[in-house]
Amino acid sequence: MSARQWTRDLAMGARFAFAGGREGWVRALLTAVGVGLGVALLLLTTALPNALAERDRREEARFDHTFVHKVVPEADDTLVIVDVDTTYLDEDVRGRLVEPDGPEAPLPPGLGEFPAAGTMVVSPALEELLDSDRGELLRERLPYDVVGTIGEQGLVGSQELAYYAGAEGLAERIDGSTAARIDAFGDPDPTEEETDPVLVLLVLVVFVVLLMPVAVFIAAAVRFGGERRDRRLAALRLVGSDSRATRRIAAGEALAGASLGLVLGTGFFLAGREVAASFEVFGVSVFPSYLNPSPLLVLLVAVTVPAAAVLVTLLALRGVVIEPLGVVRTARPARRRLWWRLLLPLAGVGMLTPMIGQGRENGDFNQYLVVGGVICLLVGVTALLPWVVETVVARLGAGGLSWQLAVRRLQLSSGAAARMVNGIAVAVAGAIALQMLFAGVESDYTEATGYDVSRAQMQVRVPEGTELAAAATKLEETEGVRRVHALSEGYLYDTPPPKEPENGALLTVGDCATLREVAKLPDCRDGDAFALRGGDYDEGTAALNEPGRKLYLETSGSSGPGAVVWTLPEGVRQADSIEDPTGNKRNGFLMTPGAMPAGLAEEVSGELYLAIDDSVPYVHEHVRNAAAAIDPTAQPMTWYATERSDRYESIRTGLSVGATAVLALIGASLLVSQLEQLRERRKLLSSLVAFGTRRRTLSLSVLWQTAIPIGLGLLLASAVGVTLGAVLLRMTATSVRVDWPSVLQMTGIGAAVVVVVTLLSLPPLLRMMRPDGLRTE
Amino acid sequence: MTSVTSVSATPSVPAGTLLAARDLRKAYGPTTALDGAAFSIHPGEVVAVMGPSGSGKSTLLHCLAGIVTPDSGSITYNGRELTAMNDAGRSALRRSEFGFVFQFGQLVPELTCVENVALPLRLNGTPRKEAERAALTWLERLEVDDVRKKRPGEVSGGQGQRVAVARSLVTGPRVVFADEPTGALDSLNGERVMELLTDAARSTNAAVVLVTHEARVAAYSDREIVVRDGKSRDMERVV
Amino acid sequence: MSIGHTLLGLLESGPRHGYDLKRAFDEKFGHDRPLHYGQVYSTMSRLLKNGLVEVDGIEAGGGPERKRYAITEAGITDVERWLATPEKPEPYLQSTLYTKVVLALLTSRDAADILDTQRSEHLRGMRILTDRKRKGDLADQLICDHALFHLEADLRWLELTAARLDKLREAVAR
Repeated sequence: MSARQWTRDLAMGARFAFAGGREGWVRALLTAVGVGLGVALLLLTTALPNALAERDRREEARFDHTFVHKVVPEADDTLVIVDVDTTYLDEDVRGRLVEPDGPEAPLPPGLGEFPAAGTMVVSPALEELLDSDRGELLRERLPYDVVGTIGEQGLVGSQELAYYAGAEGLAERIDGSTAARIDAFGDPDPTEEETDPVLVLLVLVVFVVLLMPVAVFIAAAVRFGGERRDRRLAALRLVGSDSRATRRIAAGEALAGASLGLVLGTGFFLAGREVAASFEVFGVSVFPSYLNPSPLLVLLVAVTVPAAAVLVTLLALRGVVIEPLGVVRTARPARRRLWWRLLLPLAGVGMLTPMIGQGRENGDFNQYLVVGGVICLLVGVTALLPWVVETVVARLGAGGLSWQLAVRRLQLSSGAAARMVNGIAVAVAGAIALQMLFAGVESDYTEATGYDVSRAQMQVRVPEGTELAAAATKLEETEGVRRVHALSEGYLYDTPPPKEPENGALLTVGDCATLREVAKLPDCRDGDAFALRGGDYDEGTAALNEPGRKLYLETSGSSGPGAVVWTLPEGVRQADSIEDPTGNKRNGFLMTPGAMPAGLAEEVSGELYLAIDDSVPYVHEHVRNAAAAIDPTAQPMTWYATERSDRYESIRTGLSVGATAVLALIGASLLVSQLEQLRERRKLLSSLVAFGTRRRTLSLSVLWQTAIPIGLGLLLASAVGVTLGAVLLRMTATSVRVDWPSVLQMTGIGAAVVVVVTLLSLPPLLRMMRPDGLRTE
Repeated sequence: MTSVTSVSATPSVPAGTLLAARDLRKAYGPTTALDGAAFSIHPGEVVAVMGPSGSGKSTLLHCLAGIVTPDSGSITYNGRELTAMNDAGRSALRRSEFGFVFQFGQLVPELTCVENVALPLRLNGTPRKEAERAALTWLERLEVDDVRKKRPGEVSGGQGQRVAVARSLVTGPRVVFADEPTGALDSLNGERVMELLTDAARSTNAAVVLVTHEARVAAYSDREIVVRDGKSRDMERVV
Repeated sequence: MSIGHTLLGLLESGPRHGYDLKRAFDEKFGHDRPLHYGQVYSTMSRLLKNGLVEVDGIEAGGGPERKRYAITEAGITDVERWLATPEKPEPYLQSTLYTKVVLALLTSRDAADILDTQRSEHLRGMRILTDRKRKGDLADQLICDHALFHLEADLRWLELTAARLDKLREAVAR
């Protein structure tokens, strides 16, 4: 076969793809849109790793290591920076106070110059928020004038909320945790974060699960307009084209559609990239420029998609004899055999089995086996489904008329029906497996925090050197705050620095009412002190509790080391430690304010435990505002009884969104093929209406026609999904538990797709049932 | 066979008429399909509607059968005004009182022949078994009971059309509407179908409205009306 | 139709009496019009004269109907030649109907009316033929079909003319 002949036939096919008037165009466009959507999704997926890497790079570049205990002497090229992150309406706001020590001070990425004291430079998203009504309470908290915006290279996402505010006198805040003096931004020795093998497994599976249906979808899209094309091919045979040439021409048609699809897909991708920038998903947003797929992957997509289109077309024509007078499907296709269809899922399970019980301790999973196994299992769905549909439909018995019409149609073309729902089945199976895996793994990551949220719901850490009582009063006056317990904490050593202490104990200062939250006190008056008994990790409280013993408070601030000394008085009574609101049993000593020695108040950091009234709107924001007014670095925490790894939560939500998007995409293609099928039957529908068929009967039959294969597909998908999920759970050494809510959720979404497709195809159906279809003249 | 003639000069419906229409007008966009057509048929009568292509024959049939609503004019069936009925009413009428045979594209390709014939009965709520039993007797009458298990795609054009005729008669309709019922058949098959159709219709005293442009098919009628440019001409009144 | 050749052809299977010949002819071909005896005898005497048949025998009782005829070699050759010669298609060039239509147009009468009436008349004929065909045997059907096809041809002409009446009117008026 000469190459020239090939090109000629392919070119002719390409011409046919767009010729044929409006119908031809519409068909070609549908194919192209279908393929294009798939391509766009592929490109987006291939671009995602790059985007995340770019985020990491930028995150690293602005790293300011405030919590590094490295003393940088003040110089012309140093900068004092204070971490003042806050939360506003459940969104994180990255905040930094900066004070350059000299003209050479390092500028944070994205800033042109340092903001003067009392002014700030903000990210565009924060600026927008501050300008909006929604930002009203945040404006109170950030009492700085906006003088500029942070450039893109200083932000990790388009929707990130961030600001740098100028301040004075920051040096005294340097404490090795939230404030530091630095001479450069960026992580000097970036450490490769050890990725959790289970997490890698999850990400791998997510990719496979989301991309598989796209592949199935592309395969379906190139078959749009099949019946009309068959007729055209027959006409070509009539005028003398041989059977092989005809197939090449058909391949050319598919190629043309797929190529146009590539172009459209690129367009969709570029448009989607811009749109993506205006979205924030799970606190992560990206800049369009992040979404750059690697050239190799782009090349791969550009080659495989058209190649797949040609391949699918040739495969589809395999069982078809194109005769000059029409297309003959090989009369009775051989009954579908089960055994080889079972091979695929079995092979998939086989590939995954060796890794069962590996867990996260035994190193990385074999990525090839994981991907191969999951693909085999999911492709197994597409292999099994036609057999299942054929077998079940052949046994479906009598029923109402609409049922009969649908069943008969399915019996005649169960393959086509199965093809239609393959994509949905694969997507649902994959999603169920993943949701199961997440649900299982997540329970590992969801931990009880120990916080007793019935006693306090928020905690405000007040930096050392702040008047705790005043702060408590201030917070008590805040709207929505019911009660404030103020506790100061310090640490006592048995020897003064710089000598190495042998023993130490925690010191907790608070009024009697507050101390009763942490210990059972016999009786208490201001001036009392207690030694705790039965605390966690208690090393030496009892040993230290000797009247007359001098204990030295750990200090860091302005007063020198060992400046604060507490001499244990007579009559320090024992008290039993109880769980405090944070869920800990404290050890060490309790002290009422009246017992405080000189200078102690300035050297202990304060904790305020707040009981708040949740019914007050924005109560958390009011508290945060009040805390910020006390000190910008005061960071209120909201307590939750449990905490789960938000990493998994976000992936899980992402999976739901992705699966829903894929299902919607497949639903669109279902709709297209459904409408096409209806168009082919216009005359028949009209004549059925002519002899009085109720529209309801026909509509119901259309519903059954979609619902039966999809129902079967969902059943199979659930079975395969649960199997895959179980295997994956075993692989991660997690106990196997079927996550029924997600099974229901995914099958529910699948079912919703059917209903929506049916509803959307009803108006055209009703239109087609008008008698105009009978007109031949 | 001669027809029962009861020509009346008045525009009112003559006595004994089963289905009558007068002054029908119907336009599809700018195209006028019917422009004052009239029609009448008695029980047991076979009336051919003739005329050149595009003359409005099919539109007349569609109007008479209640498939299409005319823009103006009146159609009475058994004393009821068709144009005053809603779609559900007309559909019910078509289901129970009318039968239809078209040129092609009318058999449901997925259903077997016997199921296709049983279809109108099932639309009326007859249980499946019973409907298929009745369908089988009609297939026998039309000499195609041997294809009952086959699907329309597997039978010849002549057999398919006989199945269609069987289907049009299975509900025992009062009027059978046949739109070029032999259009896709050779003359031998076409004539056989016409014979079977008219014989069966006569035996059940059903009226047949037969749209055709073929004289040899029209010859199976009792009388003919000619439609030209949307106007009808009842030849019975002329001669 | 050539009665002479038909009778000759009937004699080929064996000698027959004139009476037999008439019956055989009527049975097979004479549905519309049975032969008169006179026709048979005059034809037979012509054939006899031309040497295509010979008298095979005369039965007692006399009378022409008692003669038995047999075909001669020349007769067989003659039948052969007749069968092998195609019939000349009817030219149908002189049509009364055409004349009527043109006259109607010339005199500004309604030509369509004439055509419709004619169609109705043709259909009436066709109905009778169709009816007879349905009740008759195969021979009846073939004969009626022949007639029906001819009538149908006329009707097609009628339809075509009806469709072209406007043009014809112009041509006639010129």
